[in-house]
Amino acid sequence: MIAPPKPELVTVNIDGKEIAVPKGTNVIEAARLVGVDVPHYCYHPKLAIVGNCRMCLVEMGMPAVDPATKAPVIDPATGKQKINWIPRPQIGCGTNAAPGLHIRTNTPMVKDCREGVMEFLLINHPLDCPICDQAGECKLQEQATGYGRGYSRFIEQKNVKPKRTQLGPRVTLDDERCVLCSRCIRFSRDIAKDDVLGFIDRGSHSTLTCYPGKKLENNYSLNTVDICPVGALTSTDFRFKMRVWFLKQTNSIDTESSVGANTVVWSREGAIYRITPRRNDEVNDTWMADTGRVLYKQVKADNRLTSVKINGADSGLDIAVNAAAELFKAGSVAIVGSGRSSVEEQFLTRKLATTLKAPAHLVSRVGEGDRLLISADRNPNVRGALVTGLIAALPSAQLTELAAQIDAGKVKTVVSVGEDLAAAGLSAAQLAKVAIVYLGTYANETSAAARVVLPTLTVFEKGGTFVNQQFRVQKFLKAVPGAEGATDDLVVLAKLVAAAGGGSVPSEINTLWKTIAAEVPALGTMTFANLPETGLLLDATPWSALPFAEGETLHYKPTKAAQLVVGS
Amino acid sequence: MAVIPVSRKPLSFAERTYIPQILGGLKITFKRMLKPAETMEYPEQRPEIPKHYRGVPTLVKDPNGREKCVSCQLCEFVCPPKAIRITPGEIPLDAPTGHVEKAPQAFDIDMLRCIYCGLCQEVCPEEAIFLQNQYSMTGYTRAEMVNHKDRLYELGGTLPDQHHKWDKKKAAEEHGNAH
Repeated sequence: MIAPPKPELVTVNIDGKEIAVPKGTNVIEAARLVGVDVPHYCYHPKLAIVGNCRMCLVEMGMPAVDPATKAPVIDPATGKQKINWIPRPQIGCGTNAAPGLHIRTNTPMVKDCREGVMEFLLINHPLDCPICDQAGECKLQEQATGYGRGYSRFIEQKNVKPKRTQLGPRVTLDDERCVLCSRCIRFSRDIAKDDVLGFIDRGSHSTLTCYPGKKLENNYSLNTVDICPVGALTSTDFRFKMRVWFLKQTNSIDTESSVGANTVVWSREGAIYRITPRRNDEVNDTWMADTGRVLYKQVKADNRLTSVKINGADSGLDIAVNAAAELFKAGSVAIVGSGRSSVEEQFLTRKLATTLKAPAHLVSRVGEGDRLLISADRNPNVRGALVTGLIAALPSAQLTELAAQIDAGKVKTVVSVGEDLAAAGLSAAQLAKVAIVYLGTYANETSAAARVVLPTLTVFEKGGTFVNQQFRVQKFLKAVPGAEGATDDLVVLAKLVAAAGGGSVPSEINTLWKTIAAEVPALGTMTFANLPETGLLLDATPWSALPFAEGETLHYKPTKAAQLVVGS
Repeated sequence: MAVIPVSRKPLSFAERTYIPQILGGLKITFKRMLKPAETMEYPEQRPEIPKHYRGVPTLVKDPNGREKCVSCQLCEFVCPPKAIRITPGEIPLDAPTGHVEKAPQAFDIDMLRCIYCGLCQEVCPEEAIFLQNQYSMTGYTRAEMVNHKDRLYELGGTLPDQHHKWDKKKAAEEHGNAH
């Protein structure tokens, strides 16, 4: 790999601590590096800087030099170079680190500034904390404990603004709580490229609103809720559902496309309440699509498979695995793996395929990419199937080859790992012609036609890894316990491998990774436990000639082979 | 462990006759006969409960009959034995208290868990939960010992409101911006 160029460093002094930061770092980020918190509302590391909240005011100064000789002026009291402090405070977000820049964040002037800004912000802020969804993760609430005065000197009537404006199908606006930071406006304009938000009116009448006749309804609208430092923008789905301090956070991966946006799943007592993005500067910055945030609803879907079935009758897991083994003995097995399975599951699927000497198929799902965080390939883990060796070429959307083999009578048994074969182009007659072993989470035509149904878990109920479009191995963890009656995919697959005569393989993920590392050269140096939270980039050269479906998205440019396909 | 033998003091002659002890006991009996009774015939007679007694936690309404709880779940959070369980809900915009926006859909206090510590009352930002003078909770099943929302309001009744926070809010809304 080519090492990135070393950034040019400049040394700044923050509260007496010297630190070298890359050139172009602003004062808030530089202070964060030395562990000094500079409070702010309008500044966001991934958005344009406007400097309108004035909360990040700090004192700044430069080392004094003699104007004539350019020689450093030495302070006789300390024997060090004198610092010329700027008499008025400066905003930290809008000031980039310069060589020798001195910053003070702990002086009475800075404290006064923060208290002044807080008092003005709280003048018209409603006392909504008990009913506000932002409470617990609200920047205004946090800073009020540090810089608020605890009572209000404002005796005039508070401002009244609309409290329940629907900005769009998923976002509710409470105007009274808004601190006019304009983060949501900048996000819509610069990141989502859907410039529908803006402020109207002046002074305390200032109100966030949508352009007349338009709505905040792009697929990234809920990011405005995430970046809102107060409770002005709230998610209509999560509104009044649960206070955030009850929710357990589990790192996960968005499964809706091969981008693999990093997410956090918020759950309490086995129920998921919301999904928010997790910062990964190499993949999704701090954003994710709205469509990925409602995926948690599939955990409690009505059509979840919750009991092991043989020929439609309820059964037990081991009996069903033995029934599958009987089918395997007849030979002529074909396996349909899935680009939605984790790397570990694909590895075990490959084991099953090699044990049974069965051909492995995969179903591709190609849609249109939105050039941001949803790529054209709607399978999160096709590259995992390539890396583990389950498949060698890119899959197609229809299982025409398998259909032909079934018609020719070459295949007697089909093992489907979570793929609906009917949706992938097999007719009802073809499904009836073969014995199907179906591992999956939802009832569909395939599960109805299947000889053996083995219910498995959704992505929120298990741990594993996906390989995204950049060939980045990213892990997701178990957020909630598995549904009753469903078994971990790895356990089911390991049992099937053992029943097929492939010997005992571990089904516990950490133990399984030892086997994976030993057998898959590309993953040789990894273990599940030491996989970093931001993922690990694999060497993609073995697959660089494949015509992948993805177009350009955030932090991803397709390879030349893929570009040819996309361009044609 | 070392064993230390302790010798019992032998009884004196007077003690062996029991007479001084019997007389001492009778003295107390006769003294008490002339004084008013300290006990009462519970449950027909009930004691007067001191003013700040911490009895069964209850939910109260304000003088307008509005339920004061806005389901902020702070009591659920602070409750040491995790006796409180709240399901938050939204008040429809056209309801008379639509300006409050939020109210509990369900509010359960498991009185088998409650330790009567009063932290829920202390933490409540809306002054909606009070430990009042109800001290007797009985039931034949565990389910009976869980107080649901309607029962909590029945026990709590109405208490005077010091702040009229939401009334002021509504008045301001109707008044609109002054400038």
